[in-house]
Amino acid sequence: MIKIKNLHANVEGTEILKGIDLEVNPGEIHAIMGPNGSGKSTLANVLAGHESYEVTEGEIIFENKNIVEMAPDERAREGLFLAFQYPIEIPGVSNSVFLKTAINEIRKHKGEEEISAKDFLALIREKAEVLGMDSSLISRSVNQGFSGGEKKRNEILQLLTLNPKLAILDETDSGLDIDALKIVAHGVNKFKNDNNAVILVTHYQRLLDYIIPDFVHVLYKGKIVKSGDKNLALELEERGYDWIIKEQPQAV
Amino acid sequence: MSEEIREDIKLIEDHTSQEYKYGFVTDIEEDEFPKGLNEDIIRKISAKKNEPEWMTEWRLKAYRHWLTIKEPNWAKIHHEKIDYQNLRYYAAPKKKPELESLDQVDPELLATFEKLGIPLEEQKILSGVAVDAVFDSVSVATTFKSTLAEKGIIFCSISEAIREHSELVKKYMGSVVPQTDNYFAALNSAVFSDGSFVYIPKGVRCPMELSTYFRINAMDTGQFERTLIIAEDDSYVSYLEGCTAPMRDTNQLHAAIVELVAHENAEIKYSTVQNWFPGDKQGKGGIYNFVTKRGICKGNNSKISWTQVETGSSITWKYPSCILQGDNSVGEFYSVAVTNNYQQADTGTKMIHLGKNTKSTIISKGISAGRSNNSYRGLVKVGKNASNARNFSQCDSMLMGDQCGAHTFPYLEIDNSSATVEHEATTSKVGEDQIFYLNQRGISTEDAVNMIVNGFCKEVFNNLPMEFAVEAQKLLAISLEGSVG
Ligand SMILES: Nc1ncnc2c1ncn2[C@@H]1O[C@H](COP(=O)(O)OP(=O)(O)OP(=O)(O)O)[C@@H](O)[C@H]1O
Ligand SMILES: [Mg+2]
Repeated sequence: MIKIKNLHANVEGTEILKGIDLEVNPGEIHAIMGPNGSGKSTLANVLAGHESYEVTEGEIIFENKNIVEMAPDERAREGLFLAFQYPIEIPGVSNSVFLKTAINEIRKHKGEEEISAKDFLALIREKAEVLGMDSSLISRSVNQGFSGGEKKRNEILQLLTLNPKLAILDETDSGLDIDALKIVAHGVNKFKNDNNAVILVTHYQRLLDYIIPDFVHVLYKGKIVKSGDKNLALELEERGYDWIIKEQPQAV
Repeated sequence: MSEEIREDIKLIEDHTSQEYKYGFVTDIEEDEFPKGLNEDIIRKISAKKNEPEWMTEWRLKAYRHWLTIKEPNWAKIHHEKIDYQNLRYYAAPKKKPELESLDQVDPELLATFEKLGIPLEEQKILSGVAVDAVFDSVSVATTFKSTLAEKGIIFCSISEAIREHSELVKKYMGSVVPQTDNYFAALNSAVFSDGSFVYIPKGVRCPMELSTYFRINAMDTGQFERTLIIAEDDSYVSYLEGCTAPMRDTNQLHAAIVELVAHENAEIKYSTVQNWFPGDKQGKGGIYNFVTKRGICKGNNSKISWTQVETGSSITWKYPSCILQGDNSVGEFYSVAVTNNYQQADTGTKMIHLGKNTKSTIISKGISAGRSNNSYRGLVKVGKNASNARNFSQCDSMLMGDQCGAHTFPYLEIDNSSATVEHEATTSKVGEDQIFYLNQRGISTEDAVNMIVNGFCKEVFNNLPMEFAVEAQKLLAISLEGSVG
């Protein structure tokens, strides 16, 4: 699905990602954990093609193509999806117009017909129901005035309607109450199948109780410093990051 | 809408693609007047139009006043001094088409027509290509007019009105914008070329949007346009001015006047799309647009609503205003002003509250891109007797890039302590984060910008008649093309 090789990236001249290697295959769920500021969101943004970040070295092979030079909208149409840690508000643009445009862009890219108004409505209703979303949120402006939890759900609604190949979820669990967490996890599990993959960025084990990862990686100062299975997350929950940091050769 | 009217509109729609005359075209076959302005020229203009003596005198009075005053310089605009003696004040009649087919038209212009979805035949007319289809144009106009006439509505050119409805014109012209109002108003009053006249009798709801189907001829009104709309008690009219197609004109200076009069319980909705040539990317050659638009809510419970989408002109100087004289009268101003490249816009409104319980709403959306400057200038004035007057103003500016400017100049003059006045202003940048978010959902940067901008303008577009709103959205997209990314 995606193969990240020796990825280095700068923001405003400072190197944040310092050589990341990661391979995610279809059907897998990878969790990425790590202390604040370690570069998790940076990695997510770089994968999605945010222009503030400059890739200085390395490759991102997505579906057998190096996408380092690919524009973000093209990556999205190719099936790469990022659920934002801080979803953006777009005043005056209704959620449904936005979603419909996105769906059609992706369909067009696949050479498919535009979705009919009827099918679109049915699709949205179905997915909103999975997430227990109030239907009034669909007609409101994108994320405007949404509560923190509503914004996160809205991200997952987009995930379910756009149905990408690779979903990168950046702290989708933060700001969710415990019931919402379960609902959102249920949504992600519904999305997941053998042909797609998920990269989950999270700080908390509790999300991983509901979405079981195949691999857990620890990102620290722009590098993956430890990888393991779901038990690594349990260990982190118990012991924190200190012990891993101490294992590092040039720990300061 | 009645069946009959629907049919009329259909008939007109089917044939707007052909050239037609509907009474707005004066039958002058002569050449242009010499350059310069003096009393003799004004008398000649008046004579050409077969105007009654009082009209000639009226023009002269305006001219004499104009001579005594100076061009205003308070607006945040810069331009080279206009040499008023180097202008021609009487336009030549419409020239014969110069081109034989659309193949000879500037491809960039054609591309724009295409994007706006302007029908082929209309494209030809707009770009000066000969149209060979023969159609009895007079009959369309006549049908249209007779539908209106049945209801007692008068809709004709101001020149015709001066001749045929002299009493009405005499009573109202200059009653809202006096000849002495300002420099450009005085100039217009002296030399106005043509424009529209609308009269809606008591109790009549005008059954169609006026002027929707006349955009081609709207081009012929000349550089000193003058419009007068009168709505008697309990009447309603919605008037559309302008055209989304790019309007080119060899006359650089445009100075129009629009006067609206709403009597008791009457409502006038006036919508404008202004897309005069903005000049090239270096800012050369665009139109200077100095407009005085004002409406008076004369009667109790009357309402005037201005909606404008301003994308063209190299300079826009324009403040559609409402005088809220009747008790409980309502004034509204909804505006989108877009500037790009080197365009300058200084636009806004004045809401003058005189009657009791009067209410005004101002929603202004300014979008600046390139090296342009976009200013909102608004006055809310509450008179001594205007108890319980209420105003709400919201002025939002959006910047694209960091070489453009947005400015807000709100003025308040409150002489009655019971007034409630609220003002909100925001300035935002088209956020890279917003664009990235939309990009990340597969939407291209160009579409993303359009989406964001349209969202920003939504409250204003919601006030435009449906089809106009759709065109306005497309127009915005074209005006801002290539300004981000
Ligand atoms: N656009 C930017 N401009 C400047 N610095 C940035 C930018 N984006 C990220 N950084 C810096 O890069 C480092 C990594 O940030 P990032 O957001 O990737 O961390 P994170 O692992 O997602 O943290 P958290 O767990 O708090 O979300 C931080 O020091 C941050 O300040
Ligand atoms: Mg983060």
